[in-house]
Order: sequence, then structure tokens, then C-alpha cells
Amino acid sequence: MIKNVAVILSVIGLVVIFLPVISGFQEREDLNELGADYVQGSINELETPNVVTSVIVTYRGLDTLGEVTVLFLATVGVGLLLKGNKEDMIKISSLELLETTSSVLVALIMILGIYIFTHGHLSPGGGFQGGVIVASGFLLLMLSNVNARISQSIMHFVESFSGVAYVAVGVAGLVLTVGFLNPGVLPFGKFGDLFSSGAIPVIYSLIGLKVGSELTSILVTMRGE
Amino acid sequence: MISTLILGIALLIIGFYAMLTRKNLIKIVIGFSIADTGTHIIIVSLGYLRGKTAPIIDGAVSMVNAVSEVVDPVPSALVLTAIVIGLAVTAVMLSFIVEMYKKNKSLSIDDYQELKW
Repeated sequence: MIKNVAVILSVIGLVVIFLPVISGFQEREDLNELGADYVQGSINELETPNVVTSVIVTYRGLDTLGEVTVLFLATVGVGLLLKGNKEDMIKISSLELLETTSSVLVALIMILGIYIFTHGHLSPGGGFQGGVIVASGFLLLMLSNVNARISQSIMHFVESFSGVAYVAVGVAGLVLTVGFLNPGVLPFGKFGDLFSSGAIPVIYSLIGLKVGSELTSILVTMRGE
Repeated sequence: MISTLILGIALLIIGFYAMLTRKNLIKIVIGFSIADTGTHIIIVSLGYLRGKTAPIIDGAVSMVNAVSEVVDPVPSALVLTAIVIGLAVTAVMLSFIVEMYKKNKSLSIDDYQELKW
């Protein structure tokens, strides 16, 4: 009884906290100074059509490095908690329909994921989204074929290689240009080309590989190998 | 947009309510995910500017007037970060639940009294 009252009171408290946010909400008409600066800089300095990508990879690059670290910690945590679940693994053979379609679809899903993270600076998407799509391709493979073995050591190698290469590109920016993770280590090229925007596509592809291999290794651990 | 802001706050409150009242550990994690999605919608709707389009310079946005034609890119970037962190936290919570279930053979929060006062 007391617990129910406490729950209702805290929900009402949340509503009271958020009411001024709704009543005082005014839709803005123009970009604020920071946003306008990022849009201008993305066009004039970085030659990157996707402004969100240039914010994530360059202007807030250090945040993204921290984010990738958090994802790595989650992978390590899941691996540590679910270690040695082998005896719990349930093997159910999949339906023929799933097996047949997955043999066609897995390769296409992987190619879509790779396309999305290599074109992160030109179109919507990027390293995180492409990495998740690659991992979903591996998930389909695991669901359709119970005997499919995905090597954890290859996943760990890809993950640590891309992590080290990401930091190496950042340090190269520190040595060759003005600051850590500066994309000016490579030529900026022509606005809108695949090979343009300096090191941004390289960094985002490395993030894509890292996220894809990390999520795949979480899935393999949760499957019980 | 005011409508998406209200939707986001409603999802946040529904998620907190689920976290406070459900007994099943998996359902508490689902409540967390709902609240998480609510905060993402709130942040994105605070960055929306009326009648403007996504901050990607292509056919729909001219390079010269880009500043006056796109929405704020910063909230979108923040939400991208928040989604990834939410995914990581959910994965760790679910593996904790697997371990707890193996130890006590129960998914009900009532069977875990160690931290109760």
C-alpha cells in the first residue's frame, strides 16, 4: 500500500518536473551559433556533406572515442559474466525456409552494412549504424545454422586492430596537423566524392569494423560458446 | 515539435512507471528501454527547427544557404551516442539477469532481498 502511494507520488513528481518543459516550449526558427558554426565548418573546412558525421568524428571526436570505449567495456563485461555457459546451449534446427533465404541474404546484408559505413560522410548512416547491420547479418547466420562457428579470436583481432588504428589516426593528426583526431592527415578532395573529407571515412570505417565485431562477439557469447 | 516532445515525455514516464511497478527483471529492463527511447525523442525534438530538413548537404539543401535550411546537428549527434550507450547498458543488464537466474532460479525481484532495507 505504502509502496503504491510512493510510486504514484514519484510519477506525479516526474509530471510536475516536465510540465514547465512543455508549457515553456517555443519552437526555434534559426540555428544557434554553435550549430551554424558546425554547418559552415563542415562545408568550408571539412568538405563533408553529412554534418552529423563531421560533428561526431571531428568536432566531438574525443566523445566518440569514449563511446567506443564504453561499448568495448560492455563487450568485456558480457563476456566475463556469461563465461562458460556451454552446457546451457540449446540446439534447435532451424526451418528450411530460414536456411534457404539466409544463404542469399547474409552476404547482401553484410554488403549493405559495409556500404553504409564507408559512405557515412556522404549519406545518412555511418560507422555505428553500418556496424550494427553487419552484426545483424552474423545474427541471421547464427539463427539459420546451429552449427555455424564464428571464430571469437578473429572477432577480437578485428576489434583490437580497428581500435588501435583509430587511435593511431588520431595521434597522426596530433603530429602532422593541429590536433588529436584532426582529419587533415589525408587530402580533403572534392566535395561529395567517396574519397574526400580527409580521414573522416577512414575513421568511420574503423568504427564500423569495431562496432560490428564487438556486437558479433556479444552475440556469440550470449549464444553460449 | 511540441507533439513529439509530449510523446517523448510520456514514454519517459511510462518507462519509469514500468521500472517501479513490475516484478519481472526482464520487464524492468524493457521499462528502462522505453524510458531511454523517450529521452532520445525529447532531445531530438528540442533540436528541431520549423520547416527545415536533415543536416546533410545534397540535392535538397543548397551549399550557400545551408545554415538557414537545416535543423540543429548537435542533438542528432548526441542521440547517436546515447543510443549506443543504451545498447551497451542493456546488454550488460541482460547478462546480469542471466547470471542471477542461474544462481536463484527466479526472475522475480521479490526473491532478491540482499539490498532491501
